[in-house]
Amino acid sequence: MGDRSFRIRGVDYADLSTLLSDEEILIQHTAREFVAGEVLPIINGHHRHETFPGELIPRLGEMGFLGATIPAEFGGAELGAVAYGLLNQELERGDSGLRSFVSVQTALCMFPIFTYGSEEQKQRWLPAMSRGEAIGCFGLTEPDVGSNPKALKTRAVRTTDGWRLTGTKMWITNGSIADLAIVWARDEQDQIRGFIVEKDFNGFSAPLMKGKFSLRASVTSELVLDGVVVPDANVLPGAVGLSAPLSCLTQARYSIAWGVIGAAMACYESSLKYASERIQFGKPIASFQLTQEKLVWMLTEITKAQLLAHQLGRLKEQGQLRFQQVSLAKRNNVWMARECARLARELHGANGIIDEYPVMRHLMNLEAVLTYEGTHEMHTLIIGEDITGIGAFD
Amino acid sequence: MKIFVLIKQVAAQGSVVKIDGDGRWVEETNLVFTANESDNYALEEALLMKEAHGGEVVVCTLGPERARQVVKDALAKGADRAIFFRDDQFADLDSNALGEVFARILREEEFDLILSGLQADDTGEAELGPILAQKLNLPHVTMVVETELPDGVIKVKQELEGGWFRFVEADLPALLTIQSGINQPRYASLKGIMAMKKKEIREITMADLGITAAELSAMQSITRLYIPEKIKETTFIEGSAEEIATKLVDVLSNEAKVI
Ligand SMILES: Cc1cc2nc3c(=O)[nH]c(=O)nc-3n(C[C@H](O)[C@H](O)[C@H](O)COP(=O)(O)OP(=O)(O)OC[C@H]3O[C@@H](n4cnc5c(N)ncnc54)[C@H](O)[C@@H]3O)c2cc1C
Repeated sequence: MGDRSFRIRGVDYADLSTLLSDEEILIQHTAREFVAGEVLPIINGHHRHETFPGELIPRLGEMGFLGATIPAEFGGAELGAVAYGLLNQELERGDSGLRSFVSVQTALCMFPIFTYGSEEQKQRWLPAMSRGEAIGCFGLTEPDVGSNPKALKTRAVRTTDGWRLTGTKMWITNGSIADLAIVWARDEQDQIRGFIVEKDFNGFSAPLMKGKFSLRASVTSELVLDGVVVPDANVLPGAVGLSAPLSCLTQARYSIAWGVIGAAMACYESSLKYASERIQFGKPIASFQLTQEKLVWMLTEITKAQLLAHQLGRLKEQGQLRFQQVSLAKRNNVWMARECARLARELHGANGIIDEYPVMRHLMNLEAVLTYEGTHEMHTLIIGEDITGIGAFD
Repeated sequence: MKIFVLIKQVAAQGSVVKIDGDGRWVEETNLVFTANESDNYALEEALLMKEAHGGEVVVCTLGPERARQVVKDALAKGADRAIFFRDDQFADLDSNALGEVFARILREEEFDLILSGLQADDTGEAELGPILAQKLNLPHVTMVVETELPDGVIKVKQELEGGWFRFVEADLPALLTIQSGINQPRYASLKGIMAMKKKEIREITMADLGITAAELSAMQSITRLYIPEKIKETTFIEGSAEEIATKLVDVLSNEAKVI
């Protein structure tokens, strides 16, 4: 384990660095440098114009940021859970939209192909996806089905040599830029199954959803499945039942629990700097107790979130992580990041609402992050059921 | 091509530095340390040469334990192995003594090129490269902004003062000090970082050099370090728009010398 002089960059008030290996720290550094050099200079333009920075995709592939946890034979870097967490933290310190892109590609698309896919599916898709040459999206949510995926309506009807899919998906990250969609549908026996739908299959389209105030630098789309014929070779053989998509969500929620710490760090770092430089009443606003309280609140909550995420990462590395623990971290850390962004917004005064500072962008982004991958309330109910033994969903 | 690259760890640019109690160095506790900027360009130049011509890139770093970070970073970016001069007795050496330390180890090695950055951002001396070249009896070129490697020689473009350049050719082996901006340094990829674990870091102590600390006694030392005091002076240029413009051009070209 590293010594104290070999540290992660940025907020590390509890000396978390002493619990990290040199490789983990270097991964944090390289991701931070990448974001500083390649993402921050262009992100505002994309946010303003509601576009995804697609020019970064090949770079993300070269860096090894796509599918970083999967084995090297499929193009991954075989990262441990903590290193992968730090990577997500740094990407979201840039923008939640970028982290969403990577989470969807890695946790929601490469993970199910790796876990539930056939050997041919893995060989065909994973190396290309790790290079960023094939983009994935994950279609679970529907117009009438959000928090309760058990009720999903998209149908999969058996044909002689495959399946016919009919239904609509909504709010699908990466949809319009995806080469493949992992689509979850209900078969005639009422089983939920996973399908790899390719973008040029007949009857498939992915219109862009516009007008978002959140995750503006991320593509969000509808998926229209109008009797799409999917060959047997594109069915995920191991994915039968709701537990399959839920296991993907657990992976993605884990990455969010880390990612949002990065958004909170960006808000805190900007606040600390701003508070030291902004002079009112003849002194830096950092001199006022009310300002200090805001800064200390942010620092404290970020530190607690880091420790929680780190412990979950080590559990994950040992195969001991429970999905309810991931709910706890997703719920707490997103809330904490959103509160940090809100305090940072106040602390920056008028400058808090303009995109010269990253704060408002993060605040807006975190609204979507609070809702997707299980709303704050859903995670409350998951943990509530775990500790009381009583499900309160319906 | 076997290329040695000298990389120093320095406080990151933009660090807020405080003078330490001694008044001779800065307080290091809260500083973020990173590879010296121009050394990054030297490493990238070496990696590009290796990619074009084959061979080996060896990174050499002297510093306290924390400097292991820049060693590992260079290995993660693609250097093949490292020599880490890691001994508390190496602290406080001047450039001449540093040159001697590096020379002792590099004399045992075969190489075609030694690259370093133009200067270290903390002490700003730009001395180590030329001193090391002298000790190893190598041709050297400073402030290199372009390199080319035809057979057996190195051709470089060297930056001179006042926007002038000159083209220099040197026999190999040679030593170059590299100017920032010569290329676009890469980031360490995740695969590079994972591969780094298996690469060799040879640690060198004073004992390995066959030399004593006394023999390396400094010929120069820092006696006082201070932060320049700010003297604010605002000049108001008055007159019609035309007069202001004329005076402003005069000030910018003759006093500020920026145009
Ligand atoms: C930008 C963005 C990107 C997204 N990307 C994807 C994607 O890639 N793939 C995908 O499949 N989905 C995606 N989603 C969808 C997301 O997962 C859903 O929005 C989320 O699951 C919530 O569903 P809903 O919006 O239908 O809200 P609803 O389920 O309608 O909930 C509305 C409100 O009611 C509350 N609520 C619902 N049921 C209960 C209950 N039993 N008890 C208490 N409160 C309850 C919720 O917490 C929420 O506050 C994305 C969403 C957004 C905004």
